[in-house]
Amino acid sequence: MTDAQQSEHSPLDLDLKISMYTSMVLIRQSEEAIADLVESKEIKTPCHLYIGQEAIAVGVCAALNTDDYIWGAHRSHGHYLAKGGNLNQMMAEIFGRKTGCAGGRGGSMHLCAPEVGIPGTVPLVAATIPLATGSGMASKLRKDGRISVPFFGDGATEEGHFHESINMAALYNLPVIFVCENNMYASHLQLLERRPADNLQKIGDLYEIPGLRIDGNDVIAVYEATRTAVERAKKGEGPSFLECRTYRWLGHVGHDRNLDVGVKRRDELEEWLPKDPVARLRLQLIEAGVDASEIERIDQGLQADIETALAFARNSPNPKNDSLLDHVFSSNEGIS
Amino acid sequence: MRLLSYAQAIREAHAQLLESDPRVFVIGQGLYSPWYAGSSLLDIDKDYGRDRVIDSPVSENATTGAAVGAAIVGMRPIVFHPRMDFMLLAVDPIVNQAANWSYLFDGKINVPVVIRSVINRGGEQGAQHSQALQAMFMHIPGLKVVMPSTPYDAKGLLIAAVNDGNPVMYIDDRWLYEETGEVPEEMYQVPIGSAQIMREGADVSIVATSYMVSHAMTAAVQLEDQGIQAEIINLRSIKPWDKETVLASVQKTGRLVIADAAWATGGIAAEIGMTISSALFSELKSPVQRVTLPDAPAPIATAHEEIYYPDATNIVNAVKNLLN
Repeated sequence: MTDAQQSEHSPLDLDLKISMYTSMVLIRQSEEAIADLVESKEIKTPCHLYIGQEAIAVGVCAALNTDDYIWGAHRSHGHYLAKGGNLNQMMAEIFGRKTGCAGGRGGSMHLCAPEVGIPGTVPLVAATIPLATGSGMASKLRKDGRISVPFFGDGATEEGHFHESINMAALYNLPVIFVCENNMYASHLQLLERRPADNLQKIGDLYEIPGLRIDGNDVIAVYEATRTAVERAKKGEGPSFLECRTYRWLGHVGHDRNLDVGVKRRDELEEWLPKDPVARLRLQLIEAGVDASEIERIDQGLQADIETALAFARNSPNPKNDSLLDHVFSSNEGIS
Repeated sequence: MRLLSYAQAIREAHAQLLESDPRVFVIGQGLYSPWYAGSSLLDIDKDYGRDRVIDSPVSENATTGAAVGAAIVGMRPIVFHPRMDFMLLAVDPIVNQAANWSYLFDGKINVPVVIRSVINRGGEQGAQHSQALQAMFMHIPGLKVVMPSTPYDAKGLLIAAVNDGNPVMYIDDRWLYEETGEVPEEMYQVPIGSAQIMREGADVSIVATSYMVSHAMTAAVQLEDQGIQAEIINLRSIKPWDKETVLASVQKTGRLVIADAAWATGGIAAEIGMTISSALFSELKSPVQRVTLPDAPAPIATAHEEIYYPDATNIVNAVKNLLN
């Protein structure tokens, strides 16, 4: 394992940086809007918000193609948007409306956009890790060159099927990139209350694959590490494990910061707020000569998109009563 | 027509599926060993390659989850569990994921996975090597469950399961592996949800699953000697089950015995009995009877096994109770 490279010297294209900034701000503003809806009780579906972790979804997805697969978990609004999921359909899904990406059956925790490589997100901890291993197996058999990425939290590494899956992916050299978002908490329990040491990146050693510890609030570091992992996977050399270190600004679920979880959390948040991944990239753009008014224009444009999406969701119909029992079984062909 | 054993019929279905559909692959423990799979997968890896016939690490959850994930992205995997007991380590991908996916995502994405699990009981194997858990899985919306009882079913139901487009649990039984029967050489499907009337009779309907079908056929011969004509229904598909065929039969006979070698409480017999009692209350000539395992784990001692597992005698006795 190695510590992640510093991003300052990275000769990344400015357009790519602006694109990643746009995606991160879209996620940040969407999550803030959703937090308001949760607080005002306009929406009921449990929402696990991603504020503070945006650089991971955006850095990883920027290194993927549209037809690569990503699999998410309970905290996956950011993954969905970063991969190119439709904002209107996400908002409508959170409102439980027929026009939602899952037809109003999934809610916040079940997003999908197969047209951009999102077969689904589910809240059972670690559940999509074996599924992603399976899409990796499918790609290897079909030789379709696609990459599969499961996104999961640090808590998921405590589940048995994480270990089963990473072993199998390593054994069969599957094109899978295991992206662990270590936000230091599983629900209310801090990492060191759940494992004897803060050493997740060592998992790579055990399975003889790269295990990288990355600053998960540095979008460019995340992007570059993913690029390296993608290249390795495409050469048939197998999976990589990326531990992206970050911090969840809000509580496990809902809009609250959950500072009452412990004195420690208040201290931790004070330490992490200045590491804001969005602010860091904004500063880099300005240092690279991007005009502040250009950044302001991006921010405001996204705010307008979110207003449009909220209006779309609010004005969308509920699912019809007679559709209650639809699709228990399907007659569709699988996506490919 | 050509005779094959039940195990050979399963093997032939695998071979024809692997031959005809590049989306099909097989994963699970024991695929390269007759110790686990009997002759049902004999040398299939040699014919179709170990890329597509994957004898896996000891990871029920990951192999099942991988099969589910591959199915979601368009493959047609068969995941193999040589003992149903061990499959319980993989309940999340089966129940939470595969069975829910179509509904959860509004029918946009289906999960054409076959979960093959084997009941392998008797021989003093005891409580964790003998379980028949079909009722647990019958309970789950979004999951189909089939139990072949003849070589013909064994081949046709596996091919139907792979082609269904939904998650299907295919439960075969080691006690049937050497049974022989007529099996067509070509690929064919036994439609999921269709029962088969194995023998017609006017006095009592006996619905049986898996190896209880052959015991029911034996019981029918014994009953005939006593002047009782039993109609034997091979259920074949547990979920969905063929209500139409069972209803029509019981409308004719007015009597029903259900034989399922699994626990009584919350079982298949309870479900069918409730459905038929409710639909045909006024036409039943006597209460529905069931022949099942007692509500206890499988024993070890042969002496206990002999009284634990039901057979034709239990079915004959159930019919006699019902006629008295």
